[in-house]
Amino acid sequence: MKPSAPRVPSKWALWLPLVLFGAFVVLVLFGLLKPAGREVKSAMIGKPLPQFSLRPATADRPGLSFADMADGKPKLLNVFASWCVPCAVEAPQLAQLRARGVEVVGVAIRDRPDELRVFLQRNGNPFTRIGADNVSAIQFAIGSSGVPESFVIDGKGTIRYQHIGDIRPEQVEIIAQKVREAGQ
Amino acid sequence: MKRLLLALALCAAPALADGSMPAAPYAYVQLEDPAKEVEAQALMQTIRCLQCQGQSIADSDAQIAGDLRNQIRLRIKQGEKPEAIRAWLVERYGDYVSYAPRINSLTWPLFAAPALLLGLAFFLLRRRFGSGGA
Repeated sequence: MKPSAPRVPSKWALWLPLVLFGAFVVLVLFGLLKPAGREVKSAMIGKPLPQFSLRPATADRPGLSFADMADGKPKLLNVFASWCVPCAVEAPQLAQLRARGVEVVGVAIRDRPDELRVFLQRNGNPFTRIGADNVSAIQFAIGSSGVPESFVIDGKGTIRYQHIGDIRPEQVEIIAQKVREAGQ
Repeated sequence: MKRLLLALALCAAPALADGSMPAAPYAYVQLEDPAKEVEAQALMQTIRCLQCQGQSIADSDAQIAGDLRNQIRLRIKQGEKPEAIRAWLVERYGDYVSYAPRINSLTWPLFAAPALLLGLAFFLLRRRFGSGGA
């Protein structure tokens, strides 16, 4: 390195591209090995349910409307479908919640009555009401992005808690607790 | 290749199981009014599919995307403004649902960085070529 040579890049400037490249590789690896969560959380927690009225999805349970939700008692609103595999997986947990005194109401998404009937026969029917939603309208209105999802709704019809995905056995307790809190 | 695709399709089907119901009326049908369809298309191309999150709802064949296309077309048909519908969706799903980022405390670097880089480039080039040096 002759001091007279014009514009010789300094040492750190020589290494800078490699350092930047290394940082880029680390960033890519980080994104590959630990992808960002894919859940889209609802931004409607703390806000009221919309006005809605869904016709009954089965013959033996009434449909579901806003008035049914805002009857003074907290409820668990379960968005599900007979064609949804994780929905069958969470059925025992819903039954457990029902046994613990949680009122569970359902919205069946894009479901055929005959298929829904078979699903409920096979997996049990913890629902007091099941509304049919064939165009996902209620999902969009409450910020739900798939099935299954469960929402804790308080007695005034306000959304208090969202659970994304199937309810696993170890999550029954937290949901029961959220329903209790919504009832206070 | 065909066999591989078939195998993939067979594996993927249960995971992405969809119902057997027919698609919503306006999921795959354009609006009768071409001007309104253009409005709806432009909006649908900038709304994220909630299931296939790399795709817009205009691109996605997920049923929930079809349902959202149906809802958007119906609402535009009834005269609602596209940006009002976008705001309605952002209110429910957050900024993530929209592919058209708004300037806020989180996204401002996105808009500031190009200006800063251009300014920096201008500064460096001027130092190198300007002021009679070199």
